[in-house]
Amino acid sequence: MNGTTGKNKTRNNLLTAVSVVLFVVFLSWAPGNLNGYTIRILNLIAINAILGLSLNLIYGMTGMFSLGHAGFMAIGAYVSALLILSPQQKELMWILEPIAPWLLNLKAPFTALAEKGGPLFGWLAFLQVPFLSSLFLAGLVASLFGLLIALPVLRLGGDYLGIATLGFSEIIRIMITNMTPITNGSLGLKGLPSYAGLWTNYGCLAAVLICMTRLMRSNFGNVLRAVRDDEIAAKTMGIDTFRARVLAFTLGCFGGGLGGALMGNLITTIDPKMFMITQTYSLLMIVVVGGLGSITGSIVGAVLVTTMLEWLRFVENPVSIGAFQIPGIPGMRMVIFSLLLIIVIIFRREGIMGMREFTWDWFFRNSSAQAEPQSKGGEAQ
Amino acid sequence: MTNAPAHILTLNDVTLRFGGLVAVNGLSLSIEKGSIAGLIGPNGAGKTSVFNVITGFYMPSSGHVDFRSEDGGIIRITGLPPHKVCKAGLARTFQNIRLFTNETVLQNVMVGSYVRQKSRWWMSLMPGLFRGAEREELEIRERSMRLLNRLGLEAYANAPASSLPYGAQRRLEIARALATEPQFLLLDEPAAGMNPQESAELLGFIRELRSDFDLTILLIEHDMKVVMGVCERIWVMDQGALIASGTPEEIRENPRVIEAYLGKDAVNA
Repeated sequence: MNGTTGKNKTRNNLLTAVSVVLFVVFLSWAPGNLNGYTIRILNLIAINAILGLSLNLIYGMTGMFSLGHAGFMAIGAYVSALLILSPQQKELMWILEPIAPWLLNLKAPFTALAEKGGPLFGWLAFLQVPFLSSLFLAGLVASLFGLLIALPVLRLGGDYLGIATLGFSEIIRIMITNMTPITNGSLGLKGLPSYAGLWTNYGCLAAVLICMTRLMRSNFGNVLRAVRDDEIAAKTMGIDTFRARVLAFTLGCFGGGLGGALMGNLITTIDPKMFMITQTYSLLMIVVVGGLGSITGSIVGAVLVTTMLEWLRFVENPVSIGAFQIPGIPGMRMVIFSLLLIIVIIFRREGIMGMREFTWDWFFRNSSAQAEPQSKGGEAQ
Repeated sequence: MTNAPAHILTLNDVTLRFGGLVAVNGLSLSIEKGSIAGLIGPNGAGKTSVFNVITGFYMPSSGHVDFRSEDGGIIRITGLPPHKVCKAGLARTFQNIRLFTNETVLQNVMVGSYVRQKSRWWMSLMPGLFRGAEREELEIRERSMRLLNRLGLEAYANAPASSLPYGAQRRLEIARALATEPQFLLLDEPAAGMNPQESAELLGFIRELRSDFDLTILLIEHDMKVVMGVCERIWVMDQGALIASGTPEEIRENPRVIEAYLGKDAVNA
């Protein structure tokens, strides 16, 4: 931070650069040398980190207790899926009700606009790159919905806000279930072309990470934290707190939509059941375990929660102890995970990182006393 | 207008009701630019309610508040939300200190500068594109450090605000208010919790603030040494109504003030 002397700054920048390079090397090494399962977990970590960061912006940084993230993920996932599915696939998939005609070929208007738009709209040609533009649009549509919901709901505070956002998230899910001509209802969308690999997912994570870091280091970041800490004092300091809250919420929803789109692309099939409150709950775990209000904390949280959820699968397998046969109990890992969460809350209430950030200075101060977990991506000063 | 040119803040027949309770009853007062004014009265007299009306937290039931801005124009600040009142040039501190406890001392002060900041939030997302915005961020940081230096808080700059000793927290609240570049500063019980020596130092400090930052100051205070020592004009409230106003000497001898504080018998004694 500010106390960093010039010499340490050079060291820190060097260390950051080295860890980024190491991580890039790891990413190019991984596909050929790790099995599909591990790669999948790596992808999941990146996506969960994006989602955790965006929820942290809303809950941890600005202090708005939002339980609506799954809804915005759903919007993002559906927008992206509908944009990248080919017309042929769509025709085959809608079997309950016919698909809305305008939905069949969503790329056409963009192509036409880019070709005929001349200098004014020519730049829109990038929208023809189907997958990347679908990610961007997924975030955009999700944040648009977020804005619409924020305007009435963010007048509430505290627990009321949590309940209202939870309600809106369910409304979104139920609308998706029932708008069959557009979303194929409860059947969901299947066979999405899988474009997103490690590079895309970690590229998106890096972009989100850099944006978050820059935002929270700017004075606007100070303002968001001020709104969280004391809204009345923030108002007195000339801050339009409602506007700041709406802005942070909308930005967080962009991340939610982006993460949802990536998640859909990783799993290659989406349906409304994916986006229930349990999805929000696991994101909440990432944010709380990592540390509310800490960017690096969310990343540590994403790594821990994602790997633990996978690793704990063994408790759901049948076990035999001597003559006893214990059949596998589905859902057992969630029980154990909840216990772990309770332990974290009892013994380390503020999460692993608290509100601090991982910095190299902090690392060196602490490493002599004890070994610290290294944060992924090395986004540290 | 009724506002004489020298008056920076005018309350005109302000009444504030909460249901059947009249917290402020037909209060009118005008404060001269560049003066240090005091608002005193027994507990529950409605002093903090007046502050809340001025700073936009309460909408008065009737009456209005006018503020003369730097360019000489008169702004009616009744009905403006608090953040616009601050933008107009009024800043305040709170009776029970309200800091951004999880932010550092420096960040607390930087938040105060945000109201005058010209660059927008999204400019920080595009490194290198908006040199002006980056320069402004640096300027805000430096200006905030200067303010901390001025108030003797520089040693705490990177410490969390909640870790400060009590007196330093009070000064930080003032530093944060000054960062909004006000012309008018409202201090709600600045001497609360201070020992006699500290409140004696406060007298000089408040006078310095006025001259260094070109301020008009209105303060609520129970410590009569502070009020009588620093205020040039004092308004006395009791049960929502103004019962006296004048110089410290006049107030000290006013029988109604003595009655409000000590009861009827004290006047005759």
